[in-house]
This record gives sequence, C-alpha cells and structure tokens, in this order.
Amino acid sequence: MKAIVSVLGKDKIGIIAAVSGTLFKMNINIEDISQTIMQDYFTMIMLVDLSNCEKKLTEVSEILKQKGKELGVSIRIQHEDIFNAMHKL
Amino acid sequence: MLNRNDILETISMIDSQNLDVRTVTMGISLFDCMSGSGADTVKNIYDKICRKAENIVKVCGEIATEYGIPIINKRVSVTPVSLIGAAERNYFDIALALDKAAKTCGIDFVGGYTALVHKAMTDYEKYFLTTLPDALAATKKVCASVNVATTRAGINMDAVRIMGKIIKKCALLTASEGGIACAKLVVFATAVEDNPFMAGAFNGAGEDDCVINVGVSGPGVVKKAIEKHPDADLTAVSEIIKKTAYKITRAGELVAREAAKRLNATFGIVDLSLAPTPIMGDSVAHILEEMGLESVGAHGSTMALALLNDAVKKGGVMASSHIGGLSGAFIPVSEDCGMIDAALNGSLKIEKLEAMTSVCSVGIDMVAVPGDTDENIISAIIADEAAIGMINNKTTAVRIIPVPDKKEGDIVVYGGLLGKAPVMAVNKKSPRKLIERGGRVPAPIHSNRN
Repeated sequence: MKAIVSVLGKDKIGIIAAVSGTLFKMNINIEDISQTIMQDYFTMIMLVDLSNCEKKLTEVSEILKQKGKELGVSIRIQHEDIFNAMHKL
Repeated sequence: MLNRNDILETISMIDSQNLDVRTVTMGISLFDCMSGSGADTVKNIYDKICRKAENIVKVCGEIATEYGIPIINKRVSVTPVSLIGAAERNYFDIALALDKAAKTCGIDFVGGYTALVHKAMTDYEKYFLTTLPDALAATKKVCASVNVATTRAGINMDAVRIMGKIIKKCALLTASEGGIACAKLVVFATAVEDNPFMAGAFNGAGEDDCVINVGVSGPGVVKKAIEKHPDADLTAVSEIIKKTAYKITRAGELVAREAAKRLNATFGIVDLSLAPTPIMGDSVAHILEEMGLESVGAHGSTMALALLNDAVKKGGVMASSHIGGLSGAFIPVSEDCGMIDAALNGSLKIEKLEAMTSVCSVGIDMVAVPGDTDENIISAIIADEAAIGMINNKTTAVRIIPVPDKKEGDIVVYGGLLGKAPVMAVNKKSPRKLIERGGRVPAPIHSNRN
C-alpha cells in the first residue's frame, strides 16, 4: 500500500534526516520526494510504500505525529487513494 | 507521482477550510425484529442495532486517520418505528431501546422514530404521533420524523393539524432546555428513504438490511474557492462550485465505500448536501455573501442559492455512482453562523427563508419562534412548506421550535452542532379556519406521470 507523507512547518536543520530515519526504522520505503522552502516555511511531500511495514497505518500515523511534535513541524501520512479520488478523473 | 499542488490543496481544505465527512450513517432494517411479543421486539431491536453498529465508531476512526479526513458524526437510521411497533403499540419502549443502543454503540443519533402518513393515518399511526413528545423528551439520541405530504399523494392536512399541536407539546415538555425535543423532530414533505442527515434519517422499506449512506460537507471549501475569483461572472462561479463539489464528493464516495466494506454493509448513497455548522468558516450563508450579497436574506438570496445548489449537484453527480438522500444545500438558522447573524441583523425573515427553501433542501430548519406562537400557525408553516415540496416534486421539511417563555429577538443557545437560535418573528394573522378544515390537499396535476 502506498501513502503520502507531508511535512509542513518552519525550516530547521535535520528535518529530512529525522523523518526518513523514522520511516526507515518502520521499514517504509521512500519512492519519491519533493521539497521546497518558501519564506522559511518548509514543505516536503513524500510518496512512500508500506508493503514491508508491519505496523498498521494508524500506528505509523501516530508515530509520525509524535516525531513532528519533537521537530516542531506537522507530519501526516495519508493513504494515497484520498488524493487519487479527489484529483484524478 | 501525484501533483504536489493537488496534495497541498487537499491538506489545506481539511486543515483550514473545514472539509470533512459530516456523517457516516448506517441504515438498519428492523423488519426481522418484529416478534409476537412486544418485549421480544424491543429486545431484538436493541440487539440488532448493537450487533450491526458495534464497530461503526472504531471503523470510522480508523478510516479518518488513514485517509486524513475527519468524520464528524457516526449515526444509525432504522425502519420507521410506527410500522415495527404497530401490533403491540409499545412505541415508547422502542424509543428507550433505540436510545440505549445509541449509547452502547457510542453513536451521535439514531433516527427512524418515524411515521409516513402522507396519505392517511391508521389508528396505530395516530397513536404513534401522540407518543412523540414523551419519547423525545425522555431520550437524548432518538430523532423523529413524520412525512405529511408527497407529490403523488398530496398533503394530509389532518396530519399537518396534529403536528402543530405535537410540536407545541414537545417544546413544553422540554421547556427547561429551550424546547430541545423540537430540534429532534422533522415534519417532511416527500421524505426520502436514504437520507443520512439528522434529524430526518430513517431506513426506508425499500432499503437493504444494513446499508451505509454518507453525507459530505464543505461549505468552507466552496467559499474559499469563490473567494479566489472576486470578479468572476456567475457562469464562472458555477464552474468553480462544480469543480469543488466534485472533489468533495469524491472524498465522500471513497469513505462511503471503505466504511461499507469494513462494516460488512451495502454502500447506499452519497448525499451531496452542503451542511453548515455554527463555527466560523463552515457557513452556507457566507457562500451566498461571498457571491455578492451584503447579508443573506437580501433580495437575490434565492437566485444565489439556486445557482449554488444546482452547481453542487452537477459537480457531485459525476463524482459518485450513487447520489441520494437530500442532496442540496442546507440552510438551518441556528446551525450556521451566517444565518444567525442575518436573523439578528434583521436581514433574514421567515418569509424569505421559505422562498429560499423552494430552491434547495431542506426547509424551515432549526428556526426558533416565540413560545406563544399558536399551534395553527405552526401547522400553517408546515402546510406552506409541504405545498412547496408537493408542487416542486422535492423534499421539504419543517424543524421549528416554539421556545417556551421566549419572545421575538431573544436568543436560545443549544450548543454543539445545534448552535444558537435567534427567536424570529412570525405573521400572527390567524390561519385557524384553514387548518381546521382538515382533509387532503389533492395531488397536483403533474403527479400523474404514467
């Protein structure tokens, strides 16, 4: 199953390292990353594959949320189908 | 990979524009709960609801987390209770069982304490109607509805007359809570069998044993989309609304199918209604004001609402294979901060509200009127709405609260999704003679379509 991880918040050193490290620990593969900084505002979108992850998506979501709190940014993971449904014909 | 801007747009819709799935409603048939003994029927009803809806709150929580879209209400609708309890007439006991089952399952409301009397009232239905005030006063989560008219059958004015009296009694029995029992009672014309929204949801006789109907929402998203195009003409505004409604409905369809699969139920319909809440940024009235009205209720409101309602349907229809329920913009007064403001500033009057209900769903909804409003006036308000529904082949409804001891200009606070209601003025000229005539208003000529 694939999902979109989005990270939004004020830029600081090590956000990508921390998020990718957390995903790595859960055996979640990053397939694509796009990241920009606009006026100190950090925005990162990742397409990830959870097929080798043993945790449920709800558990992954909670772990990423906690990591976001530590980093002072908002991190969420959403099943890719919500975006496919809303934006693809 | 998905377009980055699309992803950010969805996140922004959810985070700052209050996009959510307003309700996942499980329709449950109670026909197989009927038994030779009234007590057994009550037990069967409680057991079946608890069995079918046991996991609805948990499953909706999981779906909300996985897809990142909030699901606000989890509800159950059941077969009209007036039919299920007809043999023993133990309607009050069934109401208590419904309330208990709703509490056990952790759901918001259970709808279906309902009678369909649009053509005639049987003896057991007449009795059922008399149980409404006590049943609604004694329960917290039970919602009731009574269908008094259809395009095919005309208007049952005997039922309309009775409902005026019953609404007054409901208000008096819950006077200490602002007449809140009336907020749980809808009088319909041309009610639909698959409506997921309360207080009017029931699972019709033609529905499946266990079915998921979903109501989407997102007035804030529509307003924001229009806001970005301040100089667009109305054709362009309609296009913007259509595109937005498409996206909102697709999210609802996804949630509906997933919920049905996980709850072992049939996917029924997606209801396209734009449903407001009292919080800022979640108002249908503010969409109309964004379109160019100083305040909702101003001349032009009916046209603006007609455009909005039609565009939402056109966008939504393509997004889901099964559209149903009420599917139209809701304009409840107490549940929409823009409507509340317009009622307070004098822009919105009941007469204009009635005109607006001819082009949207659902009707005179969550309107507080003075506590001393005559029962015949309440019946006449119902009759007018029923006439709009009957002639226009659409659902209309009245959910009106004659708030005890309150007068025009007072404010009643209900809290939560029910919001606060400014007490609105009604025309006090008497319709008593008209209402007392009773009988049936014949179905209109265009009901004969065969």
